[in-house]
Amino acid sequence: MEPPEEPLRPVIYTMENKPIVTCAGDQNLFASVYPTLSQQLPREPMEWRRSYGRAPKMIHLESNFVQFKEELLPKEGNKALLTFPFLHIYWTECCDTEVYKATLKDDITKWQNVLKAHSSVDWLIVVVESDAKKKNKTNILPRTSIVDKIRNDFCNKQSDRCVVLCDPLKDSSRTQESWNAFLTKLRTLLLMSFTKNLGKFEDDMRTLREKRTEPGWSFCEYFMVQEELAFVFEMLQQFEDALVQYDELDALFSQYVVNFGAGDGANWLTFFCQSVKSWNGLILRKPIDMEKRELIQSQEATLLDLRSYLFSRQCTLLIFLQRPWEVSQRALELLHNCVQELKLLEVSVPPGALDCWVFLSCLEVLQRIEGCCDRAQIDSNISHTVGLWSYATEKLKSLGYLCGLVSENGPNSEDLNRTVDLLAGLGAERPETAKTAQSPYKKLKEALSSVEAFEKHYLDLSHATIEMYTSIGRIRSAKLVGKDLAEFYMRKKSPQKAEVYLQNALKNYVAEGWALPITHTRKQLAECQKHLGQIENYLQTSSLLASDTHLTEDERKHFCQEILNFANEQKESPGLKVVLSMHSFAQLKHLHFDPSNALVHVGGTLSIEITLLSQMPISVQVEQIAVSVHFSIEKNSYRKTAEWLTKHKTSNGIISFPNENSSVPFSRSSSPALELYEMYERSPSDNSLNTTGIICKNVHMLLRRQESSSSLEIPSGVTLEDGAHILKCSNVTLDPGVNKIIFRTQAKEPGTYTLRQMCTSVGQVQFVLPHIYPIVQYDVYSQDPQLKVEPLTDSLLAGIPQKVKFTVTTGYYTIKNGDSLQLSNADAMLILFHAENRAIIYSNTREKSSEASLMIQSSEKVTSVSLPMAPAYHMIEFELEVLSLPSTPTSGESDKLVNKEPQRKNKEKQKAGNCMVTLDQKVSIDCPWSIYSTIIALTFNIPFKATHSLLSAGKRKYIQVCVQNLSELGFQLSDSNLIDTGNSPDLQLVPLNTKCQKFVQYSAGEQSQAGGSKGIGG
Amino acid sequence: MAVCIAVIAKENYPLYIRSIPAEQELKFHYTVHTSLDVVDEKVSAMGKALVDQRELYLGLLYPTEDYKVSLLSRLGIPCVKSMFPNQLHRYGYVTNSKVKFVMVVDSSNTALRDNEIRSMFRKLHNSYTDVMCNPFYNPGDRIHSRAFDNMVTSMMVQVC
Repeated sequence: MEPPEEPLRPVIYTMENKPIVTCAGDQNLFASVYPTLSQQLPREPMEWRRSYGRAPKMIHLESNFVQFKEELLPKEGNKALLTFPFLHIYWTECCDTEVYKATLKDDITKWQNVLKAHSSVDWLIVVVESDAKKKNKTNILPRTSIVDKIRNDFCNKQSDRCVVLCDPLKDSSRTQESWNAFLTKLRTLLLMSFTKNLGKFEDDMRTLREKRTEPGWSFCEYFMVQEELAFVFEMLQQFEDALVQYDELDALFSQYVVNFGAGDGANWLTFFCQSVKSWNGLILRKPIDMEKRELIQSQEATLLDLRSYLFSRQCTLLIFLQRPWEVSQRALELLHNCVQELKLLEVSVPPGALDCWVFLSCLEVLQRIEGCCDRAQIDSNISHTVGLWSYATEKLKSLGYLCGLVSENGPNSEDLNRTVDLLAGLGAERPETAKTAQSPYKKLKEALSSVEAFEKHYLDLSHATIEMYTSIGRIRSAKLVGKDLAEFYMRKKSPQKAEVYLQNALKNYVAEGWALPITHTRKQLAECQKHLGQIENYLQTSSLLASDTHLTEDERKHFCQEILNFANEQKESPGLKVVLSMHSFAQLKHLHFDPSNALVHVGGTLSIEITLLSQMPISVQVEQIAVSVHFSIEKNSYRKTAEWLTKHKTSNGIISFPNENSSVPFSRSSSPALELYEMYERSPSDNSLNTTGIICKNVHMLLRRQESSSSLEIPSGVTLEDGAHILKCSNVTLDPGVNKIIFRTQAKEPGTYTLRQMCTSVGQVQFVLPHIYPIVQYDVYSQDPQLKVEPLTDSLLAGIPQKVKFTVTTGYYTIKNGDSLQLSNADAMLILFHAENRAIIYSNTREKSSEASLMIQSSEKVTSVSLPMAPAYHMIEFELEVLSLPSTPTSGESDKLVNKEPQRKNKEKQKAGNCMVTLDQKVSIDCPWSIYSTIIALTFNIPFKATHSLLSAGKRKYIQVCVQNLSELGFQLSDSNLIDTGNSPDLQLVPLNTKCQKFVQYSAGEQSQAGGSKGIGG
Repeated sequence: MAVCIAVIAKENYPLYIRSIPAEQELKFHYTVHTSLDVVDEKVSAMGKALVDQRELYLGLLYPTEDYKVSLLSRLGIPCVKSMFPNQLHRYGYVTNSKVKFVMVVDSSNTALRDNEIRSMFRKLHNSYTDVMCNPFYNPGDRIHSRAFDNMVTSMMVQVC
């Protein structure tokens, strides 16, 4: 680069700008050192200390060296910084004192005066010394060299303003040293000048900014001033600082707009309120958009112009700073912001104009970023750009709707006029993008040109956006864009394409429980399915909508009517049955068994009352409600007995079903609660506890795959079980809200019946509840007739009449008139009966049903008890008195109750101590229901124990008889006497006891009955 | 002030959501729902490292042309909020129990500063804590509390 000879042209705003340094003096000399100088100057960085506490920076300096001219010096008030000469250098290689005195001194003085006149203090005099020249001039005074003279004459106290450069063109260490010293000096002085001049400029700028409340203040003027500073920073490669200047301008402007909105309007701002006439989007391909800058300079820019220019500069700087992602983020903010500012300032904008502007701008930003990043970088930063993609999609969509490009019939003439107007506002394509095939301008123009082109561009954008959202995991956003797309397809009458997007979005909303979006999406889906003719799906969706409380009453009725219409239409042509899930139609709330223990004997009647909560907004006539029942033969026969029944009386027979379709399907309340049970395992041998634990009984419900829950939307999984056992209820009207339906069934086969499915038929539509959970079962049992005989007291005592209770459990047997029990009389047991023996008949549930008198006939061998008539599964209870007779009738009346210990027959039953001896009496009973006799063993206890001993005193003998009562009853002993059975004449027995009654009681312990006997003769 | 306030459960279903004006309810539901994407992103991006930090505020989630949405979190996400004079912004807040608070603010309401948003969230969080302390409230159920309602109402009307 040659030092420019011609007068300086106006500043060209390119990146080639460098700070200006003027050169005066020996131009040839400068020309000779210039190459080295321009090469060496930027080589080493210099620390730049800044004012206002800004952090110091290392900076590589470059300069634009121009020939000194007085015109270059700025006049008072000129704020231009780019053309500002930061340093003035005077070059000389004079070494002759005479020459110095004659010409050089004057020349320098003149130069200095010019500088002083412009109050410029940034100067430097360079004296180039060369050995070659020194040798020629011998009359040099070594002490007072030219340098000293110059310092003396000009550098008043600033001796550093004069430097010596030794042999600049030689390659010696001295030259090198001298260069280094010179360059350091030059850099220092340049930085000093920057600090001083920029500082002054900033101060002036601040002063100007402080005046902003004054009436004549103009933002555009101020803009130009601060931008000048930004340019200088950019020139010094201080992009960060340059960006700060633009950000400050941005913030200042925003603040004004906000204040304007608050009613505090600045005059200059009204100019920005002019209506928008051009909307050609951001231009980011040039470092500086001169066109727009000139508009600002001439104060003709609109708000969009200003914002566009400002952003283009910020974008340029951010890209220099390698922060392309910030560009995308700021772009989105800017676009939102501009839309808002225009609204705030009440700028009139033709419809669609802003959409065009935003669309073009989004694509421009994206293309600019793509232009400076490689594919991998872009792919890993989708989260920064996807917002712009989505915004562009949104805007293109609204343009399409505006211009009639989405309607079925294509645009009408009004739409076309609007399109023409919009295209006019775009103007001609700018030359920078004219050659780009995919420029935003071309895209928009093409998209608006025809329905087909619009569709292509819109689909491209939408798919790209969805793909990007999906790839970064923003599923919800992706679904929302998909929903827009579905809307588009619906308008284009392609419901088959719309369906998948709606389904996907709906699935997401259902999974996360967002009621309003669910309702809205479902409504769209219903329309879509209707168009597609998916009758089953449509009806299912309709039923969901009809039960949706977020819809208005009318809408709900409409969807309910849709179902009913279909149901009635198809009545004439049977064949097609539509099976739908019931949960949206009606909910099973409670189930009530009667009898409450859900146990019924064969032939008995069971009634089941079902509480159904109808979700439909209107009353629905239902032809049939059927519950299919699964039958299994229960192995555990115990459950089927009446005994079990009486023990499990506590249950009230009501089973409640959890709310299956709460408004929050995802919440814990809808998933079944844990059903935990304690578990004990005992050792079979000694019944000690081996293990305990907790068992979850409904693991299969809790651990099922999440996806299966989506089957609520796809009712195809609902199938009707074809069970042989079905409970039915016909012609029911289901009113909105709670309905009670009663099913009655006659129990037939014994076993366990499980309620599996419920099906409600409305015309050809069937609503099916595929599983009834928790499990509902009832049992049917069959029981054999039984006879039970048990004493009323704990034990029976022999010898006294006692009551025995007879219990006949009829089971399946019905006792007819004339049925009787035939008791074969045992030898030693009498059955005593009275005329008014009564029997009580109980029902199955231990309720007394009737009473009847009992006919008892007795013959020698058989006692016949004729039973009262009783239906099956009843119980007859009556009592009879029995008396166990002595087993040895020969041994006289008196000893029949006394155990004669030595001759005791059933010795094996006798236990040590004072335990009672027992006596078993077996009775064989013939029952009417069986050909076999029932043997009943009754055990009688012998209440007394008698001991006797023979005692002697002299000639007299005494017999002591001890009778001991072992039972709990008290007995009275009277008329006790001993009888001699041998009838020997010489034996006389004299009772010693007083003739009184003795009370013999078990609790009194041993009461001895002493019988004295007269001594046996001899 | 706020135009929509939502409390979102850990499983991402709404525990409470209210908005004004009522006609735009559906739109707000969609808006809040999609903003959960950003919540997830922020929480998973920063959650692990900064769990101990007491900052719950997620800052500005993302602005749209009309709204700003914001969110509160207790996973220690430093405030990354910035104010744009857009019409509506969303802000977010996530509690330790991963309950999220989302607030949508009319972005033309530029007077609203970051600190005010924070204090609104704090109020919301306190009120939510009160709801949780109610022995009759089952965690995970929708919030039906008059006190909470009133507090939300006060935040919605305040400046409008």
